[in-house]
Amino acid sequence: MSGKIIKVAGPLVVADGLADANVSDVVRVGHQHLIGEILNMTGDRASIQVYEETTGLGPGAEVVTTGAPLSVELGPGMLEGIYDGIQRPLTEIRELTGSTIARGIDVPALNRTKRWEFKPTVKPGAELVEGDIIGTVQETSAIEHRILVPNGISGKVKTIEEGFFTVEDTVCVLERDGKEIPLTMMQKWPVRVNRPYKKKFMPDRPLQSGQRIVDTMFPIAKGGTAAIPGPFGSGKTVMQHALAKWSDVDIVVYIGCGERGNEMTDVLMEFPELIDPHTGEPLMKRTVLIANTSDMPVAAREASIYTGITIAEYFRDMGYDVAVIADSTSRWAEALREMSGRLEEMPGEEGYPAYLASRIAQFYERAGVVECKGADGRRGSLTAIGAVSPPGGDISEPVSQATMRITKVFWGLDSALAYARHFPAINWLNSYSLYLDYLKPWYEKNFPGFMENRNKAMSILQEEANLNEIVRLVGADSLAPNEQLTLATAKMIREDFLQQNSFVDIDSYSETERQFMLMNLIIEFDKLARAAVANGVELEKLVNIPAKEKIGRAKTVPANQYKAEYTQIGEEMRRQIEEASMGGEDA
Amino acid sequence: MIKEYKTIHEIASPLMIVEQVEGVTYDELCEIQLPDGSLRRGKVLEVNGDKAVIQLYESAAGINLAESKVRFLGHPLELAVSEDMLGRVFNGMGQPIDGGPEILAEAHLDINGLPMNPAARAYPAEFIQTGVSTIDGLNTLVRGQKLPIFSGSGLPHANLAAQIARQAKVPGDEGKFAVVFAAIGITFEESEFFVQEFKRTGAIDRTVMFSNLADEPAVERISTPRMALTAAEYLAFEKDMHVLVILTDITNYAEALREISAAKKEVPGRRGYPGYLYTDLATMYERAGRRLGKPGSITMIPILTMPEDDKTHPIPDLTGYITEGQIILSRELHRKGIVPPVDVLPSLSRLKDKGIGAGKTREDHAGVLNQLFAAYAAGKDAKELMTILGESALSETDKHYAAFAEAFEQKYVNQGNEVDRSIEETLTIGWELLRMLPRSELKRIKPEYIEKYLPEK
Repeated sequence: MSGKIIKVAGPLVVADGLADANVSDVVRVGHQHLIGEILNMTGDRASIQVYEETTGLGPGAEVVTTGAPLSVELGPGMLEGIYDGIQRPLTEIRELTGSTIARGIDVPALNRTKRWEFKPTVKPGAELVEGDIIGTVQETSAIEHRILVPNGISGKVKTIEEGFFTVEDTVCVLERDGKEIPLTMMQKWPVRVNRPYKKKFMPDRPLQSGQRIVDTMFPIAKGGTAAIPGPFGSGKTVMQHALAKWSDVDIVVYIGCGERGNEMTDVLMEFPELIDPHTGEPLMKRTVLIANTSDMPVAAREASIYTGITIAEYFRDMGYDVAVIADSTSRWAEALREMSGRLEEMPGEEGYPAYLASRIAQFYERAGVVECKGADGRRGSLTAIGAVSPPGGDISEPVSQATMRITKVFWGLDSALAYARHFPAINWLNSYSLYLDYLKPWYEKNFPGFMENRNKAMSILQEEANLNEIVRLVGADSLAPNEQLTLATAKMIREDFLQQNSFVDIDSYSETERQFMLMNLIIEFDKLARAAVANGVELEKLVNIPAKEKIGRAKTVPANQYKAEYTQIGEEMRRQIEEASMGGEDA
Repeated sequence: MIKEYKTIHEIASPLMIVEQVEGVTYDELCEIQLPDGSLRRGKVLEVNGDKAVIQLYESAAGINLAESKVRFLGHPLELAVSEDMLGRVFNGMGQPIDGGPEILAEAHLDINGLPMNPAARAYPAEFIQTGVSTIDGLNTLVRGQKLPIFSGSGLPHANLAAQIARQAKVPGDEGKFAVVFAAIGITFEESEFFVQEFKRTGAIDRTVMFSNLADEPAVERISTPRMALTAAEYLAFEKDMHVLVILTDITNYAEALREISAAKKEVPGRRGYPGYLYTDLATMYERAGRRLGKPGSITMIPILTMPEDDKTHPIPDLTGYITEGQIILSRELHRKGIVPPVDVLPSLSRLKDKGIGAGKTREDHAGVLNQLFAAYAAGKDAKELMTILGESALSETDKHYAAFAEAFEQKYVNQGNEVDRSIEETLTIGWELLRMLPRSELKRIKPEYIEKYLPEK
């Protein structure tokens, strides 16, 4: 079935003669076969958003529908790869067309010639239902790719073969009602449809990111959702990269949506070099990259978010913990706005379409802890973390507001902190995590006292903010010694704990136990010093003990020494505070 | 045989509607021949059946609906490029205006370029020494970076840009370099300042200039930076040169874009700028960079004046979201007589971390940089407190910080436009300033570097 173009306006093309096409079908436009998607139909007239530049298209050019919605190919070969917004492999495109991306390129997402070693996990005669694992492929040294029975298919295994196969080869044949169903290692799934699962659960395990302000102060659960809004230069991308690097999940899908090209290059260069502290393998081995940089066509930006989360759901269905990190969802919303404007829809707030909030909600709701399809009851989780780039850093705008309504964790970046080079520049006073209660049992079981310390630290920081108001009015001298101690402790929490340098190897990742021990030192210092101050000991003596300066440098103690070192600092601190209290000289 | 149409239906500058057209395609270039034989150019914005909406690149004055002829050329606007462009001056449409001959083209390139494949980019990591301490020491520029200067009306951004163009070098590298300069809607004087500056330093022979001055049609400002970037891409990736692109002033560009958007009756975004301003700016800025397997590079310094010095205005705001940092000039420092008046705290170079350190600048660079930033921020806070409560209200440490902030502005920032400091000099000045603080405050520098570079006297 083919139609003819009657109008071209940027990425929007209108064609008639497409009575047989469906809304959301993928179409091929013009002699270059540009990829597009049908947004609306009026009679036999279709409005199409084209995912490539439409230069050179004019009325009369042919439009052919493929009869299928925008889909991704799912199977071995996605990890370590970099795709554009509609899952075209950028590394292979580079081999074909050099440094720039020419139009109308048609490269399959999964390599058709590469042979993967397939190891069956079921035997002929087994009864299988949708979602059951039929076998595995060691896709990278870090990840075992589990091959699933596609949704809607079940039956008894007739044959299954071990050996090296391409993604299109039949590896298994199911039999049902006398009919044979061949299975390959690849399946397709429409990106705008959620992949099904059996059941959703409340999240109860933390995602340990190795970032102190996240894990200790505002933790996110595996299967949770988080938003990182902030003005430019406040460190959104560095934070997103840090989460992609160090989170203790099995798979990371990183979506660069309308952002800088060099940031994707950075990930491409850096991740193969960095070692995942949880598996000992290079980080790239567990990473899938989706890149629609800001100079790439705007319509594909809208699709990139869905492409990314569908791939993530597929890995979740294997029973993995997956994190989707999207930078930035604002660019995605702007792409929606641009298409909406060209479709001449009635604008909502700030020109965004009225369906903006529901689209954002749909995206984040695809996160969660689930019991996967299949008979074995395995669980997977999908965590969604999105950056938001509010114009002028003002989060009263529609994208930030719609995102905050749906996400449970809010890491608010602050330009004042960034100017003072306090990184990560997450403002501890306005950020929040609604997972604290869900995660409390886990923390209490593994690190008794963790939450108490955390709450104590938060109240000290809150009190610091109040005291600073007074200091600004009447000066620090007017504060009582215990209040001045609060300021000193708050400074320790800020500088010695919350500040974390992503560009220093030792500091870029901090395991949860280490965070716990470090916070313990600070809180204990506060407690002991407070008791001493109450007994009339001079504050000056207490804050000048050598152990306090050691706490200040504790971040840089190598990972294999910190336990002994922190224990020792603790002992020194207790002794020195005691000596200071007795009026003795520092030892 | 190219068809000619005499069916112009409507002109509402910068838009024109031609009817009864056939075979016209989106984004195609067209020529309008006036009755007197002169030519104007435009591009197809929309084709709807037999109606084409055209955006004129040049002024609409003098176009007669009945007598003018329109020809569609079947390709987008192109620039004729060759190495002979060096040393020449062109207008915003890419035509020579220096009285010299036409360029003998080696190629005709679409001025819109193509998006760069992120998998084909090489990450910029080569330190460029600009000789300006606030840039080299704190907001380090690297080859292939796009680092804008956010300025305000009346601030000396031109002097700083010229200083960078004059002094920038990669230590130990004598590769071929070129400057591409695009004057977008600026005054003759401002443009002439750069020309004189390039002449003075001899860089003029290695410079390609594209000039659209304030009195020329605003619509030409849309093509001017794209012409410049097309020339830059050609020199960098075909001729292996290291190209420094200076675009000034992006604010004028964005205003021209708004003008056209309004004429098209599009739904306006913030402050009347079109919703696609981000994407539009990105397709220009993202053309900076390095490519795998190519020795050349494009380093971009766009200059923009922030309306009302407001960083949250859409133009600086969206620019900041795309570029790899920003150098912000401060009116307060300018009034104090500090040259160049770089506002250090909100300035930023996102690519500095890969461009500094042992083997690139010096091992202690990152630590000194972080410490200077933190100390200056603390010092400014202390000074603020001091103005409210008086010096006696400050703690001993805060007094050190307040003194540090003052000295930092005078010694580190205030270097003048003629002084070219090496990175070692910049680092040494940094250490001397840090000496003013108690050593226990230097938490951001590794102790061994403090031992080495700041031995106790």
